[in-house]
Amino acid sequence: MSARTVFFGNALHAEWVKLRSLRSTWYTLACLFGVGLGITILATGRAGEVYGSASAAERLAWDPTERSLTAYLVAQLVIGVLGTLVVTSEYATGLVRTSLAVTPRRHRLLAAKVVVATGVAVVAGQVLMFATFLLGQSLFAAQNVPHARLGDPGVLSAVVGGGLYLAAIALLAIGLGTIMRATAGALTTLVGIVFLVPALAGLFPSWFQGLLDFWPTQGAAAVFATVPNPDHPHPWLNLGGMCLGVGIVLAAAFVVFHRRDV
Amino acid sequence: MTMIDVRGLTKRYGLDTVVDDLSFTVEAGQVTGFLGPNGAGKSTTMKVILGLASPTAGSVTIGGRRYRDLPVPLEEVGALLDAGAVHGGRKARDHLLALAAGNGLPRRRVDEVLARTGLESVAHKRAGGFSLGMRQRLGIAAALLGDPRVLIFDEPVNGLDPEGIRWIRDFMRSLAAEGRAVLVSSHLMNEMAQTADHLVVIGRGRLIADTGVAEFLRGRGEGTVLVRTPEPAEFALRLTATGAAVREGPGSALVVSGLASEEIGKLAAYHGTVLSELTPQRPSLEDAFMELTKDSVEYQGVTA
Ligand SMILES: Nc1ncnc2c1ncn2[C@@H]1O[C@H](COP(=O)(O)OP(=O)(O)OP(=O)(O)O)[C@@H](O)[C@H]1O
Ligand SMILES: [Mg+2]
Repeated sequence: MSARTVFFGNALHAEWVKLRSLRSTWYTLACLFGVGLGITILATGRAGEVYGSASAAERLAWDPTERSLTAYLVAQLVIGVLGTLVVTSEYATGLVRTSLAVTPRRHRLLAAKVVVATGVAVVAGQVLMFATFLLGQSLFAAQNVPHARLGDPGVLSAVVGGGLYLAAIALLAIGLGTIMRATAGALTTLVGIVFLVPALAGLFPSWFQGLLDFWPTQGAAAVFATVPNPDHPHPWLNLGGMCLGVGIVLAAAFVVFHRRDV
Repeated sequence: MTMIDVRGLTKRYGLDTVVDDLSFTVEAGQVTGFLGPNGAGKSTTMKVILGLASPTAGSVTIGGRRYRDLPVPLEEVGALLDAGAVHGGRKARDHLLALAAGNGLPRRRVDEVLARTGLESVAHKRAGGFSLGMRQRLGIAAALLGDPRVLIFDEPVNGLDPEGIRWIRDFMRSLAAEGRAVLVSSHLMNEMAQTADHLVVIGRGRLIADTGVAEFLRGRGEGTVLVRTPEPAEFALRLTATGAAVREGPGSALVVSGLASEEIGKLAAYHGTVLSELTPQRPSLEDAFMELTKDSVEYQGVTA
């Protein structure tokens, strides 16, 4: 018997090979950029008209950065699909058993999946946010409405923060996928968290309203803005709160993944 | 040498005891057939061996270690539990490359196992388009990646055509001949009699038999003799007169027990009876298997 041992790096390598060898990974990424840039064009296309008919107060609050990043609303679902599939596609096919036979240390296997998917999501999120920003600003400039540059105060923070927001949603999706073990269930839950809960917020008890400050598409999305919002004076705190929540979901995913039979 | 040691294994799902205090070993250099009717607990036992399900009680070790403590799992154990367990969108070679990467095995191994299982020509095709036989081969290729000393196959011939079955059977024999320990599950006794050296039979999670195939075949009991004659009624009387038991067989043949074919031939010659057939019959392996497991079949069909 050899004296060799396998390490975390081997599991990481395996997950990377798995992710890049699936066409669906590349289709999902293509979809992310198609949807992201498409929505940016739609959302900024009528900016001239909107700005022209805006009141003085509205013009004061005009935030070209935030307006160019609104595609995050849909992009977060697409990147969520990417995160979910990293885990649920293995449950759907039974491949998870083979993966665990290769890497029987369960935390190691899940950690490798999380790291690889996070890497991809961070890069994709950043590139998408920079691309939508630049595209949106050039469309604003073409319509002669106020636009922003990356060097303007708060802009870089909003764009980078937006990319991180998307990566965090991908992580949340991995956690949900691990807990639910099915693509449909995980994505429904993600949509529920991202859209349904904020829409129904009025129905929840008051202590829950406080959580909304750190909720996706709610308080945590304050990071996309460059014009100060009195409700969320420190947007990175709100984003940090959301990341903490994602961390809790992931921790639960590690616990159940370790415990359950497959 | 003992490669897999299952000791006092019990697995419960809720109130169901699926594996019940099961102990057996799997030795190197032979094929061990793991037999039992549907729902006997074969797949569950294999999952516990691989650490995919945790035992309620008891232990399983491979070369003295728990599966998850193996330093390089694929170099110790190769397993095929479910041939469908590949992502249909991934090319066969990429699938194997990912598994090899997980244990730091060289890429060369991927090409070697593709060659050994005859999959070179489809290595760059997506597994989703594979026939069952090709998937089965891909699963076996994956099991062989680390050149392991122990191989575990769960019903590898299920759904294969005769040629595929023959290939798998020969393949498992050759793996054992190389000194590896091979554990194969099946519910077909006939199949196992041709493939295995040793049998572990379970029913409802309990051990029913743990025996060499040769001993099992020897010990499967008295046979009957099929006799055909133009005067069956008359000859039947003569047979019963000697103390043999006679019942009617297919197409007015006689099925005789308690008298050897030699004796029956002599009796016919003595009385000048014409015989058109005289065939000794052993109980089929399937019969022997059903006899063995009849008390432990979980879902028994109602005979019409
Ligand atoms: N995850 C599970 N939860 C609950 N019951 C289970 C689970 N897995 C298996 N069982 C039950 O355990 C019993 C044994 O199943 P197992 O798959 O091990 O049998 P088997 O011998 O492989 O049968 P077959 O020949 O049909 O493949 C069955 O009654 C099955 O319903
Ligand atoms: Mg089974």
